[in-house]
Amino acid sequence: MKPPRFEYHAPATVDEAVALLVRYGGEAKLLAGGQSLMPLLNFRLSRPAALVDLNRVADLAGIREDGGIVRIGAMTRQRALEFSDVVRRRLPLLAEATRLVGHLPIRSRGTIGGSLAHADPAAEDPAVLTALEGVVVTRSPRGERVLAARELFETYLTTSLAPDEILVEVRLPAMDPRARSAFEEFSRRHGDFAIVGIAAVIVGEGRRCTMARLATAGAGPVPIRLRAAEEILETAGLEDRAIEAAARRAAELVEPDSDIHASADYRRHLTRVLTERAVRRALARPGGP
Amino acid sequence: MSEPVTVRFKVNGTAREGRCEPRKLLVDFLREDLGLTGTHAGCEHGICGACTVIVNGEAARSCLMLAVQADGAEITTVEGLATDGKLHPLQEAFREHHGLQCGFCTPGMLMTALDFLRVNPDPTEAEIREAVSAVLCRCTGYQGIVRAVEAAATGWAAPNWPRSP
Repeated sequence: MKPPRFEYHAPATVDEAVALLVRYGGEAKLLAGGQSLMPLLNFRLSRPAALVDLNRVADLAGIREDGGIVRIGAMTRQRALEFSDVVRRRLPLLAEATRLVGHLPIRSRGTIGGSLAHADPAAEDPAVLTALEGVVVTRSPRGERVLAARELFETYLTTSLAPDEILVEVRLPAMDPRARSAFEEFSRRHGDFAIVGIAAVIVGEGRRCTMARLATAGAGPVPIRLRAAEEILETAGLEDRAIEAAARRAAELVEPDSDIHASADYRRHLTRVLTERAVRRALARPGGP
Repeated sequence: MSEPVTVRFKVNGTAREGRCEPRKLLVDFLREDLGLTGTHAGCEHGICGACTVIVNGEAARSCLMLAVQADGAEITTVEGLATDGKLHPLQEAFREHHGLQCGFCTPGMLMTALDFLRVNPDPTEAEIREAVSAVLCRCTGYQGIVRAVEAAATGWAAPNWPRSP
C-alpha cells in the first residue's frame, strides 16, 4: 500500500514536461491531481520509472471565456470548476456533473485534464466533453493537436495520446443560453463512480426540439453520443411518447459490458431509465434568458 | 531522482522540514517524520477519508499526495484545531453530540466538516449527509456526526467562531 520507487520530476513548464516524457520514452507517467493515479501507485498496479508532476506548471490551470469558447487549463481542479461563475453561467452541464465527481476533498485535487486523460468511461468529464462537442488540445514534440472526444477515447482507460504527448487544455463551446441540461447518474453510494450516467442538453420551444445532445458514462468502453436517440427528439418533439421512444432507442445504442458492479443488461436498463429522467429533468428547468 | 528530497512546509502554523524519498505519501510523512499521528492512515487509496487534512485551505486526502508535492504548502491537521488545550468548537460539537465512537475516522471527519462549513456555512441536513459521506464511519451510523455538524453550523454564525485554525 505504498508507491513503488520512481524518479520524480516537477517541471515548471509544458516544454520541460514534454522533454521529460521524451527522455523516458514511454516509461514515465504524468501526475495531475493524483486521485486515480495515486491509488494505482499505492496498490502497485502501476510501476512507472518516473513521475512527471504537472502540479508546478502554473499556466496549465485556469478558466477563461474566449469568443464563445470556454478554455479550461488541463490542471484546473474540479473544485475550481464547481465554484466558477463562468462554468455556472456558460456550462451548467459541467457545473452539475462536477458536483457528482467523488467528494469535495477529491475535487480539491482532481483535475479535468487528468480525468479526461485517465479515460475512465464511468467518469463524468468524458461524458460532458462528448455531449458538449468539446475538444482537447495536446502538446508533444510534434506540435499541437486538437482532438474531439471520439478521437481521444479509444477504450477503457486508453486514449490516443502518445507517450510523449500532454493534454494541456479543454475547449468547450459555451452552451446555448436557451439550452436546458441535466446530468443523471446512478451509483450505489454517493461519490462512487456511476454505474451509468447520462448527460442531456435540450434546446426547444414548447414541444418542438431544435437540438438534443445525449451522451453516456459507464455504458461501454468509451462515452457514447446517442445520436439516433437525439434525432427522435429533434423530429418527434418533446412529447412523452417521443421521450420514451428516445430512451428506448438509447438503450439499443449502447453495448455495455458486465463486471462486478452490474450486468450488461442492467446497464442497458439504466441507460433507458436515466435517459428519460435526464431529458425530463432538463425540461423541468427554467429555460433561457 | 528517487534520491531523498528535502520537504519544507508549514503545519499548524509551524515551519517544519524533513527528508524523504519522493514516493513517501504525505500521510506517512506527517505521521512518521513529523510525529503528527493525529492524522490516520486508513485505506490508503482515497476511499475512507480518515487521512483528510487541509492543504492550502482545502480538504484533501493525504494518502493521495506525495509529501514532496506539499513542499511550500500550508497544512492543517487535527492537531491544529485545539488551542491552548481548549477544543475547537467543531470538536466540542462532536463531543456534545456523540459524533464519534472508536475515533478512527474522526480526524478526517473533522477536517472534512471544517472545509465543508467554510464553503457552505448554512447547510441543509441533506447537504451535511452528502458532505460527511466523504469519510467512512463504521461505528456511529452517522446520526451523531450529522447532528454535530448541524450544531457547529449554528455556531458558525457567531462572529467569534474560529473559521481558520
